[in-house]
Amino acid sequence: MAAADSRLRVRRKDNVTQIEFVDRNILDEANIQLIGDEIGALIDQDASPRLLISFANVDHLSSAALGTLITINNKIRGKGGQLRLANIDPQIYEVFVITRLNKLFQIHENTDEAMKSFA
Amino acid sequence: MPTPSQPRPPHDPQDPLDAASVQVFNERTSIEAVHEALITAVDRHGYSKASKFAVRLALEEAIANAFHHGHRGLAENLPVTVAFRVTFDEIHIAVEDQGPGFDPRSVPDPTLDENLEQPSGRGLMLIRAYMSDVSHSSRGNRLEMAYRRPAEG
Repeated sequence: MAAADSRLRVRRKDNVTQIEFVDRNILDEANIQLIGDEIGALIDQDASPRLLISFANVDHLSSAALGTLITINNKIRGKGGQLRLANIDPQIYEVFVITRLNKLFQIHENTDEAMKSFA
Repeated sequence: MPTPSQPRPPHDPQDPLDAASVQVFNERTSIEAVHEALITAVDRHGYSKASKFAVRLALEEAIANAFHHGHRGLAENLPVTVAFRVTFDEIHIAVEDQGPGFDPRSVPDPTLDENLEQPSGRGLMLIRAYMSDVSHSSRGNRLEMAYRRPAEG
């Protein structure tokens, strides 16, 4: 499923699709497009998608990446699914706070807490 | 007789690595090159990790806006000009595109409830949040921004 040049690490656990990023910087527009397409395909595969996106390795994130996350969130909600974000570096979390996107997304401290939060 | 540790060109007001004006193309290697030049200068003046995060984010968003909005409908290979000047007190950055310009007041507030699910429109507000001073030229195709060193770090 994941292509050889995938920018994501994907695994499935307890009916949740866990996603991590390969890159430390999610800035490149072409890469962001690929990431959006790849996660979009994962959502399409599931009748009721449950996704956990971890930012453990991520140092920088652009507003274009935030836009892709919003599109992903809309798509998941459209299918009655659930999205959780976790392991966000404090500097990046501040970006979510400034943009008020911490109100839109369900953000958890770490993977364990995010996994427990799925209904 | 004090000897300068390295020779400098006679007319340079400061170290040449502290200031630059470069043409940036809409491709990652070109964008990364100017980030690297800026961060190198910022590092030489001992700015904190948080300061570097702020200016990196602001420059990223300013360049993205210049290409996406400034150059909308124009040739894809048109470069934008990025100029920076770093001193101990301040990091000054200007990004100029070749487009017709825009009215920055026309950008809707992305933090309003009704705009929260819009996938775009956050670049300028992030720039304003992270930089000390932000201004546009009257035509709106040139953004100038300054980051002042915080009291601590």
